[in-house]
Amino acid sequence: MAISMSRYNARRRRNRFAVALCFAATGFGLIWLVLILATLLWNGLPGLTPALFTESTPPPGSEGGLLNAIAGSLILTVLGTVIGAPIGILAGTYMAEYGRFSRLSQVVRFVNDILLSAPSIVIGLFIYEILVAPLGHFSGWAGAVSLAVLVIPVVVRTTEDMLSMVPGQMREAAAALGLPRSIIVRSITYRAAKAGIVTGVLLAVARISGETAPLLFTALNNQFWSTNLNEPMASLPAVIFQFALSPYADWQQLAWTGALIITFAVLVLNIGARILVRSRNPQ
Amino acid sequence: MPRARSVSREERLAIRLRGFRLGDRVFHSLTFLAAILVLALLSGVIVSLVQGSLPALHAFGLNFIVTEVWNPVGDRFGALAAIVGTLVTSAIAMLIGVPVSIGIAIFLTELCPMWLRRPIAIAIELLAGIPSIIYGIWGLFVLAPFLQRTLEPWLIALFSPIPGLNLLFAGPPFGVGVFTAGLILAIMVLPFITAVTRDVFSSVPPVLKEAAYGLGCTTWEVSRQVVLPYTRVGVTGGIMLGLGRALGETMAVTFVIGNAHRLSASVLAPGTTISATIANEFNEAVGDLYTSSLIALGLILFVITFIVLALARYMLMRMERRAGA
Repeated sequence: MAISMSRYNARRRRNRFAVALCFAATGFGLIWLVLILATLLWNGLPGLTPALFTESTPPPGSEGGLLNAIAGSLILTVLGTVIGAPIGILAGTYMAEYGRFSRLSQVVRFVNDILLSAPSIVIGLFIYEILVAPLGHFSGWAGAVSLAVLVIPVVVRTTEDMLSMVPGQMREAAAALGLPRSIIVRSITYRAAKAGIVTGVLLAVARISGETAPLLFTALNNQFWSTNLNEPMASLPAVIFQFALSPYADWQQLAWTGALIITFAVLVLNIGARILVRSRNPQ
Repeated sequence: MPRARSVSREERLAIRLRGFRLGDRVFHSLTFLAAILVLALLSGVIVSLVQGSLPALHAFGLNFIVTEVWNPVGDRFGALAAIVGTLVTSAIAMLIGVPVSIGIAIFLTELCPMWLRRPIAIAIELLAGIPSIIYGIWGLFVLAPFLQRTLEPWLIALFSPIPGLNLLFAGPPFGVGVFTAGLILAIMVLPFITAVTRDVFSSVPPVLKEAAYGLGCTTWEVSRQVVLPYTRVGVTGGIMLGLGRALGETMAVTFVIGNAHRLSASVLAPGTTISATIANEFNEAVGDLYTSSLIALGLILFVITFIVLALARYMLMRMERRAGA
């Protein structure tokens, strides 16, 4: 009896130890979010002035803002989404509606999953090779296309998942009314899966709005106000990269404030996407 | 007259039906083209990287992979330091990240009260949403100085009397270096591994767990001897997915690794990775051979991550098939 009790106690001790480690692991995971957000607020808030949104990036040692970078980021993100999202939705539609069990869909699914996690810097090199090197100059277009390449796999994945969840009876009912296939897809299944598809697009926007690596060799950077897509274009991440590594205090301040803006924009997009899914699927 | 009208009505109907058929065909081919485009993207990436790296591969051959020297002035390039740096930082990230992720997944599926599960899961997932450059700037200005003052001197002092390990943790503490990069990567891959692990953990049939609890198993014993063996393939897939992310991560590593093209035994010394080298040097690269060598680095990175990710997908697919059966 004494032996079995001591064994029981040893098992309980080991369990308590393991459970404590699991608690510690969760604490370890959560603390970084708190620390990073706190640092961003602490270092970024002092630089949050109106001039930030009305002036362009300054030369070192003078006053300025991030207007050109913010505008450049918005332009590149919007263009990247506008180019990438329709392609992604169409490809997802093919896989869920037309070729659900076809060999091609299986291959595309596999390739898409690879693209989804492929290093974004490699995508930057790819666009450099096909758009920057042949044309001989960096451009906003190249930046937008490289972001579009990152948007496509995210949207393909969510679109396919969401369309596959639409019950087959809805399609059958529509087909029984004599509706052509393309109209069934566009006005029945798209409508049923709308929240999910929009969520996928939002997540893709969240992903590209903070991307830096693919922009370094495509859109490059621009110290001045420019909306010409055939020229290098500024973006918040590229400016943060340049300014954070500079030795000038006012540049570093701008980098922190830019980091604060971008992080909160991305987190709002992420949380918004989640709320959207939740409000449609209460379970 | 009425006869003529009825013909034209039929005709109109026929035109509409033909329009439907045309619309159907156009929409079908559009979606098909988009699906093909996804395939074309991947092939395009491979072809353009191979083409871009041909000059470097011609000049250095396979020695490119096993040479450490990286000398832009003398036009001599070797990828060894960057490849080793990539593998070592990812290994450190996995050593720290995997146990923590599994711990969090056990916490979320077995220990956490129901009402807290969703908020904590979302908080962990938000870590994945924070852009990589933010990890970089935070790592450089907050984490690296902190490690330089606290953990690194402690590690150096702790391991200095132990032969072998004292080389691995040789000083001085720089703050920036391979270890710091590995730690940042561990934080960044946490949410990816946790998400997959949690999903496969909750795919374990409750009957199995209840049976084990019914025999008097503790929570840890159930997790260790029922949940983990059942989900081994899926968990491995999640780990590989995280590894794929860690290998290719660029901006965060670029900030904190120190960018030194040399091999050193100590993980506290500055180093470099493939992605950090490309990010730092590509725009300053002059000469075809330099540019081509950097693209060849990109090709190597792509091949490594491709293999890792393909294995991850294969394992997760096996897991899904079993869950479906």
